Amino acid sequence: MTNMTKPATDRTSATMENNAPEAGRTSERHVPSLAPEFRRDAPKGATTAAGDLNQETPCFQINALNLRYGSNHALSDVSMMIPHQRITAFIGPSGCGKSSLLRCLNRMNDLIDIAQISGEILLDGQDIYSKKVDVPELRRRVGMVFQKPNPFPKSIYENVAYGLRIQGVRRKSVIDEAVERSLRKAALWDEVKDRLKAPAMELSGGQQQRLVIARAIAIEPEVILLDEPCSALDPIATAKVEELMMELKENYTLVIVTHNMQQAARVGDYCAFMYMGELIEYDTAEVMFQTPGKKQTEDYITGRFG
Amino acid sequence: MLKNWYKSGAPYIWLNAGAIAICMIMVTGLIGLIAVRGLSHFWPAAVIETTYTVPGEEPIRLLGTVRRSETVPASVVREAGFEVPEDQLIVTRHLLQLGNRDITSRDFAWYIGENMGEWTYPENALVLERMTWGNFYGFLQAILEDGEAVAEGEEAWRELYERVERAVDLRQQVMQIERYDIGGIAYQQEQVRLAQRRLALRGEDTPEAIAELEEQHAALQAQFEEIDLHRNELRRQMDRDAVRAETAGGRVVTINMSDIVRAARPNVMSLGDKIGHYIDSFQEFVFDYPREANTEGGIFPAIFGTVLMVIVMSIIVTPVGVLAAIYLREYARQGPFTRLIRICVNNLAGVPSIVFGVFGLGFFVYFLGGAIDDQFFQAAQPTPTFGRPGLFWASLTLALLTLPVVIVATEEGLSRIPKSVREGSLALGATKSETIWRTIVPMAAPAMMTGLILAVARAAGEVAPLMLVGVVKLAPNLPMDGNFPYLHLDRSFMHLGFHIYDVGFQSPNVEAARPLVYATALTLVLIIIVLNLTAIAIRNRLREKFKSDSD
Repeated sequence: MTNMTKPATDRTSATMENNAPEAGRTSERHVPSLAPEFRRDAPKGATTAAGDLNQETPCFQINALNLRYGSNHALSDVSMMIPHQRITAFIGPSGCGKSSLLRCLNRMNDLIDIAQISGEILLDGQDIYSKKVDVPELRRRVGMVFQKPNPFPKSIYENVAYGLRIQGVRRKSVIDEAVERSLRKAALWDEVKDRLKAPAMELSGGQQQRLVIARAIAIEPEVILLDEPCSALDPIATAKVEELMMELKENYTLVIVTHNMQQAARVGDYCAFMYMGELIEYDTAEVMFQTPGKKQTEDYITGRFG
Repeated sequence: MLKNWYKSGAPYIWLNAGAIAICMIMVTGLIGLIAVRGLSHFWPAAVIETTYTVPGEEPIRLLGTVRRSETVPASVVREAGFEVPEDQLIVTRHLLQLGNRDITSRDFAWYIGENMGEWTYPENALVLERMTWGNFYGFLQAILEDGEAVAEGEEAWRELYERVERAVDLRQQVMQIERYDIGGIAYQQEQVRLAQRRLALRGEDTPEAIAELEEQHAALQAQFEEIDLHRNELRRQMDRDAVRAETAGGRVVTINMSDIVRAARPNVMSLGDKIGHYIDSFQEFVFDYPREANTEGGIFPAIFGTVLMVIVMSIIVTPVGVLAAIYLREYARQGPFTRLIRICVNNLAGVPSIVFGVFGLGFFVYFLGGAIDDQFFQAAQPTPTFGRPGLFWASLTLALLTLPVVIVATEEGLSRIPKSVREGSLALGATKSETIWRTIVPMAAPAMMTGLILAVARAAGEVAPLMLVGVVKLAPNLPMDGNFPYLHLDRSFMHLGFHIYDVGFQSPNVEAARPLVYATALTLVLIIIVLNLTAIAIRNRLREKFKSDSD
């Protein structure tokens, strides 16, 4: 059903140009991607099961990250490594900074005038906050899915094609193909294939969220950030999106923020617990949910918090 | 009991429903009044014949239509100079349209009901609408051809209609020739003159060049003379027939057929005839040019001018307003300065429109227009081209007037677009401008249309500034015609709002003009409604297209 014949290692060893969808080659806009010297070789243990964090290939390396919104210290001194082609879940009470951390990863916090950032975040070894970085290009590599489904008030087809059109792809065959591939990957194709021209707003909440995921993967990012993607969905839609995430991690690095402990346990390979802007504990999901190392983590997970 | 009723919330429902009911009554009342007063004007009213006897004087014979009747206290009538018996308290009086202004010099007059004899409706009463001197009321006697009577009695009526139609047909041909053919030639001759002047200014007026231009001028002159001959022939044909009729006062007059616009015999017309007459008059009103200082004929130039001005204004104000709003809302750093700009824009909306007119006259017409004339229309000087009030300056002034409306509405629309949509677009690697132009602006398009609707409604009804920057009582030419460059933005034009003012308050014949004021007002309202409905239809289509959760 899905187009996943390409071995995972293939993608990561390729350069950015090859990583881009077929569309990328016909792209009329050439944006210099991150310098090639920062690219890694194929990760060794990417296809094996998650185990030791130290043996993973880093995707993001966050070093001493501080984030302030005016006088509000949202993140203090966060350092962590987000591994390649795994699902990393951020958990924690509301306002703990997990969404802020997520939004740092594709520089969405740039939109907030009062946000101040210090520290560094390396994507494949390159600082994404350096002046040389082309932010739209970064966001093309690091896609994002939001809490509330936010399709554009356009047709289903145009929603998925949006990212490609932004890149200047004009050829209908290329776009058609990418739309179908993305919708298939997002497990939405069978439901919408007969009404691609219908407005996206007519879809149900769960379908909209999968459409938004399809929209994100249409431009073949390396990382997909998911900010509480299931909080507005019913259990059946949630199950579908979770299933989808499990499939997507074959090709993409996923970072998810969730309030749902079971979800973090079900889909997460690694799990980070945050509290008051600090990273309290970070380990494999198994360790976190069965033998957490810190009292705070245990209290939160078992619901004895506060 | 009352307290419970109060607590139930029912009073508020009544209050709100009452407010909407009052609004509805006012709007329907307004439209109803102007519709009834305006539209009844075109109906052929019955012609009455009666005798009028002022005590102690000879009775006189009256023939005309009753325009208005009213019952007033006797003192009012006495003050107006009528003699009323001392013991009478209330008097009924009638306003009669008697026509024949050329003979009796008063075509409208009040008469006391008590002094009137019996009203009869004579069958051979004739009403002629004329090119000059207003209506004629009288009794048809004969149709003349080259001064010889050719038909009398019933036959005269049949002949009358046929010959009037022929004369009207011929007159239309003459007008067509004068307006388009002769007008075109005059325009071209003027162009030749300007070309000659331009050459002289540039010092290139070599004898050869001048000879060539003079040849052109001569060719145009020859063309004109040929057309003129044709026109004179048509005019001569028009003058062939005449009508002989007797007025109520017993005078026999001969009216040339070329002077007649429409003939009617209201007292024997069937309903079908009357409807035909009504449609014909109404068409003339909407599609014809005004006559007799705007108190007769049509209002077509005013309709055309109003619509064209609104369209030109929309073309100017929409892009400017939308772009300004996008900059203010999307690009500018929000702070004291943007707040100051917003306050200024909002205050601009509160400036009285006449002030815009003064500004338009001073800046656009004299300064900008004068500069344009100096630069590009030197040959035409000292006659100003753009340096005088005209359509373009009027549109520009109104664009300035309506700019705040468009800016505010667009900003409102932009601010309503959810943040999630912007983030969604940015997260896909779109730049800010791509996000704005591909997603935000289309989604805000309905709000922009709302702004435009409000702007159009305001601009179409504005009169005061236009009087300074381009509207005239009577424009010789439409701002659009068959002469290159077809759209003449420098020309002054006529406008319905000003037309209402002019006909209603500046007219030499107030009574005759009164129904036209209502009819013109109705037309203006209808035009605004049509313009708005068009814009609303476009907006609804856009809304449908960009339907989102936020709407």
